[in-house]
Amino acid sequence: MKALQARQWQSVCTRADLVANAGICALVGDQQVAIFYLPRLSPSLYAIANWDPIGRANVLYRGLVTDIGGGPSVASPLYKQHFSLVTGVCLEDDSVAVPVFEIALDGDTVVIGG
Amino acid sequence: MATQRSRQKILVIGNGMVGHHYVDQLLQRQLDVEITVLGAEPRPAYDRVHLSDFFAGKKPEDLALTTREFYAQHGVKAHFGDGVARIDRDAKTVTTEAGLHYSYDKLVLATGSYPFVPPIPGGERDNCLTYRTIDDLGAIKAQAAKSRIGVVVGGGLLGLECANALKNLGLEAHVVEFAPGLMGVQLDDGGSRMLRRKIEALGVFVHTGKATREIVDGQGTRLRMNFADDTHLDTDMIVFSAGIRPYDQLARDCGLEVGARGGVVVDYHCRTSDSDIYAIGECASFGNFIYGLVAPGYRMAETAVSQLGEDKSAFHGADMSTKLKLLGVDVGSIGDAHGRAAGALSYVYCDERDEIYKRINVSADGKTLLGAVLVGDCAAYDTLLQYFLNGIELPEAPESLILPSIEGGAPQLGPAALPLAATLCSCHNVSKGAVIEAIDGGCCSLGEVKSATRASTGCGGCSALLKSVVDYELEARGVSVDRSLCVHFAYTRQELFHLCKVEQIKTFDQLLDKHGKGLGCEICKPAAASILASLWNDYVLETPHVGLQDTNDTFLANMQKDGTYSIVPRIAGGEITPEKLVVLGQVGLKYNLYTKITGGQRIDLFGARVDQLPAIWKELVAAGFETGHAYGKALRTVKSCVGSSWCRYGVQDSVAMAIHIENRYKGLRSPHKLKSAVSGCTRECAEAQSKDFGVIATDRGWNLYVCGNGGMKPRHADLFATDLDDETLIRYIDRFLMFYVATADRLQRTSVWLDNLEGGIDYLRQVVIDDSLGICDELEARMAAVVGSYQCEWKTTIESPERLKRFRQFVNAPDARDETIVFVEERGQIRPANDEERRELIAVHQVA
Repeated sequence: MKALQARQWQSVCTRADLVANAGICALVGDQQVAIFYLPRLSPSLYAIANWDPIGRANVLYRGLVTDIGGGPSVASPLYKQHFSLVTGVCLEDDSVAVPVFEIALDGDTVVIGG
Repeated sequence: MATQRSRQKILVIGNGMVGHHYVDQLLQRQLDVEITVLGAEPRPAYDRVHLSDFFAGKKPEDLALTTREFYAQHGVKAHFGDGVARIDRDAKTVTTEAGLHYSYDKLVLATGSYPFVPPIPGGERDNCLTYRTIDDLGAIKAQAAKSRIGVVVGGGLLGLECANALKNLGLEAHVVEFAPGLMGVQLDDGGSRMLRRKIEALGVFVHTGKATREIVDGQGTRLRMNFADDTHLDTDMIVFSAGIRPYDQLARDCGLEVGARGGVVVDYHCRTSDSDIYAIGECASFGNFIYGLVAPGYRMAETAVSQLGEDKSAFHGADMSTKLKLLGVDVGSIGDAHGRAAGALSYVYCDERDEIYKRINVSADGKTLLGAVLVGDCAAYDTLLQYFLNGIELPEAPESLILPSIEGGAPQLGPAALPLAATLCSCHNVSKGAVIEAIDGGCCSLGEVKSATRASTGCGGCSALLKSVVDYELEARGVSVDRSLCVHFAYTRQELFHLCKVEQIKTFDQLLDKHGKGLGCEICKPAAASILASLWNDYVLETPHVGLQDTNDTFLANMQKDGTYSIVPRIAGGEITPEKLVVLGQVGLKYNLYTKITGGQRIDLFGARVDQLPAIWKELVAAGFETGHAYGKALRTVKSCVGSSWCRYGVQDSVAMAIHIENRYKGLRSPHKLKSAVSGCTRECAEAQSKDFGVIATDRGWNLYVCGNGGMKPRHADLFATDLDDETLIRYIDRFLMFYVATADRLQRTSVWLDNLEGGIDYLRQVVIDDSLGICDELEARMAAVVGSYQCEWKTTIESPERLKRFRQFVNAPDARDETIVFVEERGQIRPANDEERRELIAVHQVA
């Protein structure tokens, strides 16, 4: 489920807050967003909703990053279902997906597409 | 009056091992029968084979094969301590010594045998005993307590067992044998001589070719044995173990056919000359032979049981091959040990320096193995037994089967050569066919086959053979079991461990670049993190490692179903001061946490949000607590029972040792979690036998047990070494743990690791105790490095503001909370709200 073309960009944190090969979490309005920084890839930044729809908790930013299934994905820390960081689709059950957000680096600031 | 169809009455006389096996097998068939058991001994069936364990501290209950309760629960009428005096075959009743009458439809004689005492004048004295029943042992022990010298008359299997028992009771032990050599039935002259040589080296005196003429008063000792050759032997006590005779008097008295050498004659259905009476075990004579081993007795019992049902089986005799350890000496005997068959040719290998003797007897055409004798080295036993039992054609040069390794090595009996009926594991009666069935049923590793069939889980002697069959069959099915860690690394964990060690690889990126591909995944990242931690012991949330950690390790706490965490401070050995208990209580109250005591003898605090973890740990660390590693594949706890400090029964200070062990190994990262316990005496209140490594106190030190576990498939730990002093105990644990860390598979518990270790516990002992791989110095050094670099990772975390940043829920809103974390009250504490409760609470919240 891809987000619509962004019209607004929200600053959430600085480059220094990013953790290589792991996730952090930012609050964008009421939305919890899981942000992943994968320096081996290009693009290196990915953002999906933090809520795990299967495990039912706000924890996806804490999961392990993998490349199972081709592109980058995160394994939920609860029950290890994989969510694509590109499309948000669950690799174990494609009827389940999480929202994906646009993300970019504006100088030293990380911004999320509104 | 209509006649009620009454159930068939089965009466079993004798409740020894074979008699009980009959009842046990009959119960499993669930036939419509009424079973009655009459036993002359005062107690139900017990393991007579391991009688000498009684002297190693076991109690009668430990040897028991069944109980009165078991029989009662299964509707079996059992009457003990009252032998049968008389059988009335016409009336189909029996009468006991005490005068009780029992009627039967079918009668089973399982009366067993009694020890033969040669009629020697003076042999009826009360310091001349026999070795057969538990009651005999009580008498032997009592007599031994006031003796310095003990003699066993009889140099066979039981006699040597008994000599070992006397030796363990602290006596100067002698064996007197009438024949020219020891174990004349199972061993040839050469084997017998080698056995004697080895036994004498152990301090047991052996006298062969001695016929005892009389037993008289001794001078300086209680007794003197005068032999026919005019020599004599002074001793304080004598135990007769000179053979067994069947208890067949009942049969003789009621006119049943009896063999020339005694024993109730039976046919291949184990039926006597009376079609309603069966005889099984040592009281029976089949083909003019009395089977003096328990396994044939069991087969006879099974045959007799089958006669009552539809599917009748037959007994065609049993193989008397045997492999055992006598006084620590490996002895094996197969088939015709003496090469008596006409035309038999033999090959003999005798090494007097290493004290090894091996002989094989082959048919005149050299193609068939007729028998074998092994003393001091039974490695060839399994292979030779397969050749013998299955009539497999011997190799061109059969001597290669017993000669030591030479150029090209000894020919292995290929797994393909074994027929389906070949018994691979004799302890559990597992055939090659059963192993193949398990593989076809889905097993694809040695460990899985062992689980499914129980093969190699008894004495373990067949493990090499089993592995060769399993490997062969898997390959033949095109199953190439890919043991790569995952798609990113074409190596096993053991191989990666070795690479990291040898190449000094310190980060996952280095490992990925050198030996992997892609990004990695939730399989290889935590595995790599564990390997790196075991080797280099860095702070686990160091920048290069933070993205590798699994769910719990990554926040040094245990994630619960709602995304909150539980906190477990270390409470080494389960010992805690009242002051520290108060601190935990106060922290629980202050942060409104749910508290619970764990199975590991410590306290768990639940309901902490990720952003609360630093504050909570600051308080815990300030009060002197350390992380408990409940979140890691690491040492968890070392439980203890209170031991000699307080307990009436404790023989060592188990609490001090548990605390010492826990503090030594805390922080060690391993392939899977490690749990341990130390018990202060044999009552074992700390449950050490269900641990990866467990310690039980003896009055001489510590017994070490390894590779047990609880959980979904509990496994009892194996006794590894006994009576160790403190220093040796720790040394062995150091080596054991580091060997496990270096060689196990990912997420492989010690029990599964042992199951898959070729050579099993014996191999493990060789590596750890005998240093057979020459790696013990390295293992100890690596453990010392881990111990020396220990840091409490929570202490390290709270001392660094940079590292604490990790524990924010929101990078851009440190004071905001995750609104979805909602608790309700239960039994005076919090718990996570379920979906319904959550909806109600949010609805209420919105209205408000």
